[in-house]
Amino acid sequence: MTEIERHAYDVVVIGAGGAGLRAAIEARMQGKRTAIVCKSLFGKAHTVMAEGGIAASMGNVNSKDNWQVHFRDTMRGGKFLNHWRMAELHAKEAPDRVWELETYGALFDRTKDGRISQRNFGGHEYPRLAHVGDRTGLEMIRTLQQKVVSLQQEDLRTHRDGEAMIRVFAECTVTELLKDTTGGDQGRISGAVGYLRENGTFVVFEAPTVILATGGIGKSFKVTSNSWEYTGDGHALAMKAGATLLNMEFVQFHPTGMVWPPSVKGILVTESVRGDGGVLRNSEGKRFMFDYVPAVFRKQYAETEEEADRWYDDPSNNRRPPELLPRDEVARAINSEVKAGRNSPAGGVFLDIASRLPADAIRKKLPSMYHQFKELADVDITAEPMEVGPTCHYVMGGVEVDPDTAAAVVPGLFAAGEVAGGMHGSNRLGGNSLSDLLVFGRRAGLAASAYVDGLGASRPAVSDRDVEAAHRSAVALFDGDGGENPYALHAELQQTMNDLVGIIRKAEEMQSALDRLDALKARARNITVQGDQRFNPGWHLALDLSNMLIVSECVARSALVREESRGGHTRDDFPTMSPEWRKVNLICRPDGDGVAVERKPLPVMPPELLALFERDELNKYMTDDEISTLPEATA
Amino acid sequence: MGYNARFKVWRGDDTDGELEDFTVEVNEGEVVLDIIHRLQATAAPDLAVRWNCKAGKCGSCSAEINGMPRLLCMTRMSTFGESDVVTVTPLRTFPVIKDLVTDVSFNYAKAREVPSFAPPADLAPGEYRMAQVDVERSQEFRKCIECFLCQDTCHVIRDHDDNKPAFAGPRFFIRLAELDMHPLDTLDRKREAQQHHGLGMCNITKCCTEVCPEHIKITDNAIIPMKERVVDTQYDPVVWLGNKIPRRASAAANRALDAGDASAAEQHARARLRDKPTDRSALRALEVALSAQGRFAEAADVTRVQLAEAGRGNSNRRAALAAHAWVMLCAVEAGQLDLENCEEEIASTLQQAQRLASTGTVLAGSHALHNLVHGRLAEAVEQGRETLHWDRPPQTRADDLLTLSEALAGLGEDGESASAMSESLTLWPDNPRLSSARSNLRETGVG
Repeated sequence: MTEIERHAYDVVVIGAGGAGLRAAIEARMQGKRTAIVCKSLFGKAHTVMAEGGIAASMGNVNSKDNWQVHFRDTMRGGKFLNHWRMAELHAKEAPDRVWELETYGALFDRTKDGRISQRNFGGHEYPRLAHVGDRTGLEMIRTLQQKVVSLQQEDLRTHRDGEAMIRVFAECTVTELLKDTTGGDQGRISGAVGYLRENGTFVVFEAPTVILATGGIGKSFKVTSNSWEYTGDGHALAMKAGATLLNMEFVQFHPTGMVWPPSVKGILVTESVRGDGGVLRNSEGKRFMFDYVPAVFRKQYAETEEEADRWYDDPSNNRRPPELLPRDEVARAINSEVKAGRNSPAGGVFLDIASRLPADAIRKKLPSMYHQFKELADVDITAEPMEVGPTCHYVMGGVEVDPDTAAAVVPGLFAAGEVAGGMHGSNRLGGNSLSDLLVFGRRAGLAASAYVDGLGASRPAVSDRDVEAAHRSAVALFDGDGGENPYALHAELQQTMNDLVGIIRKAEEMQSALDRLDALKARARNITVQGDQRFNPGWHLALDLSNMLIVSECVARSALVREESRGGHTRDDFPTMSPEWRKVNLICRPDGDGVAVERKPLPVMPPELLALFERDELNKYMTDDEISTLPEATA
Repeated sequence: MGYNARFKVWRGDDTDGELEDFTVEVNEGEVVLDIIHRLQATAAPDLAVRWNCKAGKCGSCSAEINGMPRLLCMTRMSTFGESDVVTVTPLRTFPVIKDLVTDVSFNYAKAREVPSFAPPADLAPGEYRMAQVDVERSQEFRKCIECFLCQDTCHVIRDHDDNKPAFAGPRFFIRLAELDMHPLDTLDRKREAQQHHGLGMCNITKCCTEVCPEHIKITDNAIIPMKERVVDTQYDPVVWLGNKIPRRASAAANRALDAGDASAAEQHARARLRDKPTDRSALRALEVALSAQGRFAEAADVTRVQLAEAGRGNSNRRAALAAHAWVMLCAVEAGQLDLENCEEEIASTLQQAQRLASTGTVLAGSHALHNLVHGRLAEAVEQGRETLHWDRPPQTRADDLLTLSEALAGLGEDGESASAMSESLTLWPDNPRLSSARSNLRETGVG
């Protein structure tokens, strides 16, 4: 057998973004030997890209805010398809998670009385997002990174080895999860196999628990705000290990990505631009969002420009500007304007902050946006409008988990952050991602630690045969002589998903996408990788591609099954939201070489939480049968 | 719109490598990273490069473009002419792994050496209160995306691997400054920066600031303020002595000094030294007492003993060297020591002090006086003026002004000399150097 590095840990966290680091910190604080495995250098995870803020109902700016309001906003944003328990835990625990970051050294922007400032964001009733200018994600990743370092410094003092209890394996990619044969028909997690990018050496982690915190899938789409790491690794690893994925059809297209120049197409323009007063206009100069307020939101959004403009200063007596509708609504609106020919020169619409705020205020409130446009597009956003359009941003679907413990159906496997499903329903609110990472990252770390404690002496064992098989399948790509180029296949996959399983979907297009995915899968078996195992991007992409193909099939199959339009899933052939479909979760599980999709009932929200909503509102989401069983108290 | 550009890309590993030539398509609006990606997709599928966000936010794609440290994703092709050859090489300060990818583990090791944020122990989460204006200074440094371009360009380590163990580099000076300026951090970061991270090796050439893609004012807002405050707490002999004399050991001498009675302090200190000739606190008290009486030559005998007793700790040693050089110079100025006899000792003491000091400007006052006693007036004036840019304690500033005044007088700049003198007098009317300085001035006709 080839030389393979072996390491033993209690908890292996795959991914070093917000969720992974928070999970690892928790596991280490529970006294567990913890490994953090990440594809990039430590501190480069996609979390750094998050701009707007962390949603938490601390009530620092508007004291009327509380967890119930946050919960209600989250359910509304997700069009009632969220797992109610995840939304509840998230809303309740987010403030503590933010305050905790301050004890790790985070420096948020402040209110006048010195507390953490909070900003407005789409779909949030009150100013709720803790932020640092528009680089909140960077603050979060650096804070968590530095907390890990501080734990290592503690360990250096107590164990004389800074890496005794928590170690980062940077630039290491996991290709397979390992299981033993005990613990029922699923088998239990026994570890993971991966390779070090630097030299191509293979590594085995022997560990009874694995926490997936690998983020999203955006690299399967052509226009995306996501980095190269977002290849659905965790989703695919979970599927290959026998776990299930939930509601994969829900993919969020952020309404405002850059559309010019072509090389940066898709890069995000933060929602804070709109939260701070930016408005969307079409080629006729019309502020078109007033035409796109759907019935379910009409009560909360302004009908005139005058009222909308008053809201920034007096939110108590005015309704919100429609630019701050949830992301799915705004993305569809922009898509419609462009289709109707009222687009900007580069094929988007105009996002105008220049005419709305003084130049100094723009530079102060939106420093990275100013910088980004200046350096990448040579556009001065204090002087001219930006051109923006929808970009693939986030996947609401993910590994099916227990809300309280983040446990997947495979014993010993956990998932937190974007890779987990259920929390955001059919559409995520801006700001709810960073808080999700912290709340469920911590919970995953806690639950994995408890699981390890419960094992006692019956630790699962790693099978050498499985390790060897994982190694063989990863290096087999060097032996292929089929001549397929991984870069070319990737480009075709991205084009397919963008064109056929994008913002607006149709049955026949998705069917044709599935046919093309089948063909791509076959061609992927003929990939030939050039060069050797040392830092070889072609090889890495070929391995990532197999994950993207699995995940893309999950998205396309689920999207074909769900015959309604809701949140991040819009069917041209089924344009309305269906109360019957709201009761249904779609579950993907591995089926031979492919993916099977099954229906499963959505867990029912308990009466005390239902009571937070007015019956009028519930009428829009629920079936008549459900409404008739509601207690009278829900008026 | 497209054209074909000529690229030279460094390819190889830690043992060997060379620039490889490529001709590659370039389209409007593209950045250098787009071109590297095009090379991967076409001519060189195994070309190694790091990148993540492609929006200048993660700091992964650092390399050198035509020799300049840059982010590949933030360098637009439109900044080159169509006929220019674009040369892309890996960061030079770090070992190559493969092609454009370098081993930057140095930086992660240094990160682990910076003591973490230390909030007050009794402050509960949610109770933190800080003013925006107070967090903004540290927030500037927290913009850092850890691209390590500042580390790459810093000439202290760029071609000097031997400096790496002792030198943390600009990225970690801003980390230390960030913690130092954090309203709720409780540790002494200045001393830490100087003693354990090599702040003193930086000679503020500002190369780091120039390459920072986040436009952080690394030198002006982090390094210089840290150095200045290190000066305040470490090098000023008065502050240093005040801090170092333990109350209990030389209580009587200290009380006398506090009361302004230098001769009583001298007697108490000498009494203590009869019992224990190397008692550090008594030596310090004696030195201060003698200096206060203008008896610099005797004080120099004491600082010589102190220097011998200073031990090997850099900070004590640096301060003892600086103090010894200073009192010897004062003694020469006052005619108590003959320059010819002690020049060798003065020069070598100053040189050793300088080697351990953070910058040339830290000891500028001593250098100015050194030049003055040698009659090198122009140099003394230049250094004297330099000292005035620094925010120093009043007595140190008074000394520096006095030196400047003397040197100016020697050059015939009577007006400026008189005004420096008058400011010096206001700051420290009892300066023991005044009598000798006045006589020097009289000789030149000023005052």
